Amino acid sequence: MDLKELVTYKLKEKFPEVEFDITDYKEQLAVTFDKKNIVNVASFLKDDPDLQFKLCEDVTAIDWARRKNRFAVVYHIFSLKLNSRIRLKSDVDESDLSVDSVAFVWKTADWHERETYDMYGIIFNNHPDFRRMYMPEEFEYYPLRKDFPLMGIPGSLPLPKKDE
Amino acid sequence: MGLEAKLKQDGFFTSTVDALVAWARKSAVWPMPMGISCCAIEMMASGDPRYDIARFGSEVMRFTPRQSDCMIVAGTVTYKMSHVVKKIYDQMPAPKWVIAMGACTSSGGMYRSYPVVQGIDQFMPVDIYLAGCPPRPDNLLNALMQIQEKIGRTKARDFQDRPLPELPVIQNN
Ligand code: SF4
Repeated sequence: MDLKELVTYKLKEKFPEVEFDITDYKEQLAVTFDKKNIVNVASFLKDDPDLQFKLCEDVTAIDWARRKNRFAVVYHIFSLKLNSRIRLKSDVDESDLSVDSVAFVWKTADWHERETYDMYGIIFNNHPDFRRMYMPEEFEYYPLRKDFPLMGIPGSLPLPKKDE
Repeated sequence: MGLEAKLKQDGFFTSTVDALVAWARKSAVWPMPMGISCCAIEMMASGDPRYDIARFGSEVMRFTPRQSDCMIVAGTVTYKMSHVVKKIYDQMPAPKWVIAMGACTSSGGMYRSYPVVQGIDQFMPVDIYLAGCPPRPDNLLNALMQIQEKIGRTKARDFQDRPLPELPVIQNN
């Protein structure tokens, strides 16, 4: 059984009511599903003895700008047992930017989720320490969104006063 | 006639206090190494025996602003970091000089984007802009010599009776 069959079988067996879209592109497996199942699916993939996706390598988001569901959150996870990684994806619409945090499943997701919030404005519910990662706390914009200008918004980041 | 020869011959020489003070000042510029990113590596290299910044009297890199008179800002200054740089600059006792080392510090360099200050002269005075990404250590030594030349032209009274700037009170909570 290759990775795709194994993951498909396992997920279908465990979550018969959830709709999974499992695609394969350049030998990279991506699993797309509704965002409300993220914590359950994540803990299952981590704890299942045959899968053991114990390493969360990255959490990020995509801004599709004009698509109906504007954002997608993306999780890259790795299994030391299978020596392979898969990608979890969930659509997030601008009207409701919240996703449940997986920081309690994978501890590394803590900072990755903060970064995703900082850059895209995705809200992670139940996050243990929900603050911005890079930008100052009082900054009002999300720089990696497509509508943010490259040179920033003048005056949005304060500079120290020059003497004289 | 060299100084030693003159001293041996006459046992004295004449000068002005200004020139002596300026000479003393410029021969021992103590840098404050504000190493923020990659340029700092070249700044460290200029302290090693090969380039040997000690030849110019600047080997005493002080990691406290209170004991230094030339700030070498070596690296990319982000908006978040700019407040730190300015705070440290404010803590240096006058007279003080600033070298903006590298393209980033002088103009934002290749980081033409929202988080990087496009030139630190937007919030603090700069004496020398140093080109290069990163500048070679010899280039930094050249900047130091320029600073020394600049200091050599100063008069002692240039620094007198200047009111101290009001520093903002910073509350730590
Ligand atoms: S000028 Fe170049 S070497 Fe210097 S801090 Fe910027 S990127 Fe790094």
